Amino acid sequence: MARDVKLGVGETLLEIRGLKTHFETDDGMLQAVDGVDLTIARGETVGVVGESGCGKTVTAMSVLKLVPMPPGRIVAGQILWQGRDLIPLPAQDMNGIRSKEIAIVFQEPMTSLNPVYTVGEQIAEVVRRHEGLGRRAALDKTVEMLRLVQIPNLQRSVHDYPHQFSGGMRQRVMIAMALSCDPKLLIADEPTTALDVTIQAQILELLQAMKSRFGMAVMLITHAMGVVAETAQRVVVMYAGKVVEEASVQQLFARPRHPYTRGLIRSIPRIDRGAASKRRLETIGGVVPSLLHPPAGCRFAARCPFAMAKCLEATPPLLEVVQGHKVACVLEQPEAVP
Amino acid sequence: MDVSTPASLSLEAGARDLRRARPVSPAFEAWRRFRRHRLALASAAILLLMILAIVLGPTLWPVAINDIDFTARLKGPSWAHPFGTDDLGQDLLARMLYGGRISLAVGLAAMAVAIVVGTLIGAIAGMSRGWLGSALMWLTDLFLSLPQLPLLLLVMYLFRDFLKALFGPEGGVFVLIVAVIGGLRWMPVARLVRAQFLSLREKEFVEAARALGASKTRQVVRHILPNALGPVIVAGTIDVAAAIIAESTLSFLGLGFPPDIPTWGRILYDAKDYLDIAPHWALFPGAAIFLAVLTINFIGDGLRDALDPRKVM
Amino acid sequence: MGSYLIRRLLIAVPSLLGISVVLFTVLALAPGDPFEELATNPAVPPEVRTALRLKFGLDDPIALRYVRWLLAMLGGDWGFSFVSRVDVGTLIMQRLPTTLFVIGSSQLLAILIAMPVGIYAATRPYSIFDQIANTFAFIGFSLPTFFTGLLFILVFSITLDWLPFVYRSDISASGWQWYVEHVRQAIMPISVLALFQAASLTRYVRSAMLDVIRLDYVTTARAKGLGERVVILKHVVRNALIPVVTLVALQIPAIFGGAIVTEQIFRIPGIGSLLISSILANDTPVVMAVTFVFACLVVFFNLIADILYGCLDPRITFA
Repeated sequence: MARDVKLGVGETLLEIRGLKTHFETDDGMLQAVDGVDLTIARGETVGVVGESGCGKTVTAMSVLKLVPMPPGRIVAGQILWQGRDLIPLPAQDMNGIRSKEIAIVFQEPMTSLNPVYTVGEQIAEVVRRHEGLGRRAALDKTVEMLRLVQIPNLQRSVHDYPHQFSGGMRQRVMIAMALSCDPKLLIADEPTTALDVTIQAQILELLQAMKSRFGMAVMLITHAMGVVAETAQRVVVMYAGKVVEEASVQQLFARPRHPYTRGLIRSIPRIDRGAASKRRLETIGGVVPSLLHPPAGCRFAARCPFAMAKCLEATPPLLEVVQGHKVACVLEQPEAVP
Repeated sequence: MDVSTPASLSLEAGARDLRRARPVSPAFEAWRRFRRHRLALASAAILLLMILAIVLGPTLWPVAINDIDFTARLKGPSWAHPFGTDDLGQDLLARMLYGGRISLAVGLAAMAVAIVVGTLIGAIAGMSRGWLGSALMWLTDLFLSLPQLPLLLLVMYLFRDFLKALFGPEGGVFVLIVAVIGGLRWMPVARLVRAQFLSLREKEFVEAARALGASKTRQVVRHILPNALGPVIVAGTIDVAAAIIAESTLSFLGLGFPPDIPTWGRILYDAKDYLDIAPHWALFPGAAIFLAVLTINFIGDGLRDALDPRKVM
Repeated sequence: MGSYLIRRLLIAVPSLLGISVVLFTVLALAPGDPFEELATNPAVPPEVRTALRLKFGLDDPIALRYVRWLLAMLGGDWGFSFVSRVDVGTLIMQRLPTTLFVIGSSQLLAILIAMPVGIYAATRPYSIFDQIANTFAFIGFSLPTFFTGLLFILVFSITLDWLPFVYRSDISASGWQWYVEHVRQAIMPISVLALFQAASLTRYVRSAMLDVIRLDYVTTARAKGLGERVVILKHVVRNALIPVVTLVALQIPAIFGGAIVTEQIFRIPGIGSLLISSILANDTPVVMAVTFVFACLVVFFNLIADILYGCLDPRITFA
């Protein structure tokens, strides 16, 4: 397995308890995130995996309260940042936290930057807002950040507009912008999904380098298990708005306990097994259940090869079956479920 | 708590995909959306009433429009003359009912011209792949730059007598007004239709039709045009309102229909010098134009929500 | 920016040429030969007229006539007014500033009204304010300018007697008084036009704002910890202005129409009322020249709009 760096993992920075974020739609209440628990400690990289629509992005956006509020609502739960619940926090205080304590990098670099301001202006804006720097100092800081993320032609690039950069470059700018105020937690929401495969590796490397330099905690959201294996210390697996498994990277890949996780890991295409094994790509049959009217029991039951009658009765709770390894599956909790 | 945070596109898309569960006919969906627009519904009702009044009015209110009666000059509204009289003692209600027919006819005819011309040009531009498309679009842009009212006035000035000789006084002016108003309003329709064509002609279902051997015309008529219908209907509605305003403006400036035809604009033209002593004379036709245009605009807005829900305008 | 400017200028030229061709075609197709009327006074006897026709090349091939006509129009050689016996160019130049003043002021007023209303309505969509603003906007552009003008006169001049409704460019007062009088008489026509334009402008602004507010980079701005007001004013408005400028540019031809009507009602001595009076008096040279001037104004203002657009959107100028 890859880097097993203990980067002074310490106190709990972020603790999400029972988060429920729902969306009002024409056809009913969309329960995008339905009872999610998550903790991230200082300096830790936590990978959040799951397929599209499982609620990973909504969870991340909920942390920073960037969820669109007319259709969306945080209906329950707590988001504790260093002990303080963010949900009832007034806007002004929340703004002090955004980018200063918790920063985020989005999925779509092509549309995440304002087209009418230069790249330099946009980074300087963050720095001036949180650090109170003057124009000269902010510009210097901006150039420094751009240098760190390896943007070429610094002196010219600072005054260039986003459309003059490629997708990969824009994502670097986003990362520079996010890290410019030295936040304690960086949320990276599928930072490479929209990029070319070759660029993906570069960006992931960049994130690792930034982590070494700044030592911030990282919440890496992705649907690629391979990425998580490379970069994370702990993994949280989400499915249909809930967390189904949580473990350290070693534990998860050594012994995935939830049938969904097992399916995910098995479906990673393996180059090393090549022609010799002559196996078809593994898939998980079926489709994600509706989040408008979720089933009463385990949400994975319809697609689970091991489903039993018990699975349809009630949603299995997320329980720690081994030190550091939690799972929400009846199979793994023979005594716990009624 | 936070002030409301508007939606971001990426999240909306996800929510939308999950919503398309039930298959419902598009016409019913459109009606359902239109129904939610209370102002549009109210406007539709009011407009219907106005149209009924104009169409049935003269039979229900059989007063002559040019019954001169100097004893009843410039009288305000009364039982005998619900809208009052003008300076020749003519009944305003009767005149307005008559004029309404003309205004409505002009509006509908001009819209028809604009839609037909616009759809034709837009379709040809949209289907063509070479210089023809660009040339037509350049022509469209050119026409969009033309100063409308001055040009309208110029054409009226130059061609009025000629057409009067050809079609008679009212017919001539009618043809002229409809042709020019329609001829200056086809451009937005052409653009809309062309945009629809450009985006639809590469879509799979059109390719499928092409693969099955459908001729170009058939592709256009059966597959592409129905999809372009929505925005065109909305544009057409707005065109009726614009045409009514254009015709009224011309009449108000004294350059529209002949003086004995009491279109609403013409009545205002006569009334404007008597504002101090007989304000009702100007208020009724002005209010009628306003009401007609307002209701049509609201209906157009409702139709836009119903047929083209993505655009916020 | 320089190359963009040159490109737009180069496009403006064929635009003007195209409009002039349309104008010329209309004039050439018209019965009664307006060109002949230009060159020769209708009172002149027929034999003299034939000679003059030859002299002015009125029977030359149409392309040649077009070029000659166009050069004359561009050169400001617009002939003499039949009615007032004055050089048409002088006549128009006398009255053009008034028209531009009324149009300019009304546009300014319209922007001052529409921007705040549109922006605020967009930040609170479907709220009471938004619905009221929307309804007022509809009422605003459904009211024909001539009706609004008459209503204003009825209320402010006749009933309340606050404002004069006849425009006089020669006010016999001095200093402060002169200024006040000027404002008093200008305020009604300017307001009538401004209200009409503000109505549609408000909707454009609102719609452009709503389109921009949902874009990803606005979420980024919020994620940076910027206050909502800064996000709206600095990030959203700045981007929403771009489509608004385009839409306003498309409306320019219609604005001139409104100006013509307003000048008629309030008897403002601008080129709009000149057009009407010369039509009624069959003064062809003036009619032709004023229409041409309007066409030039449209092209000119479109060019200004293009330049503004280039200033606002760096994607255009820094391709």
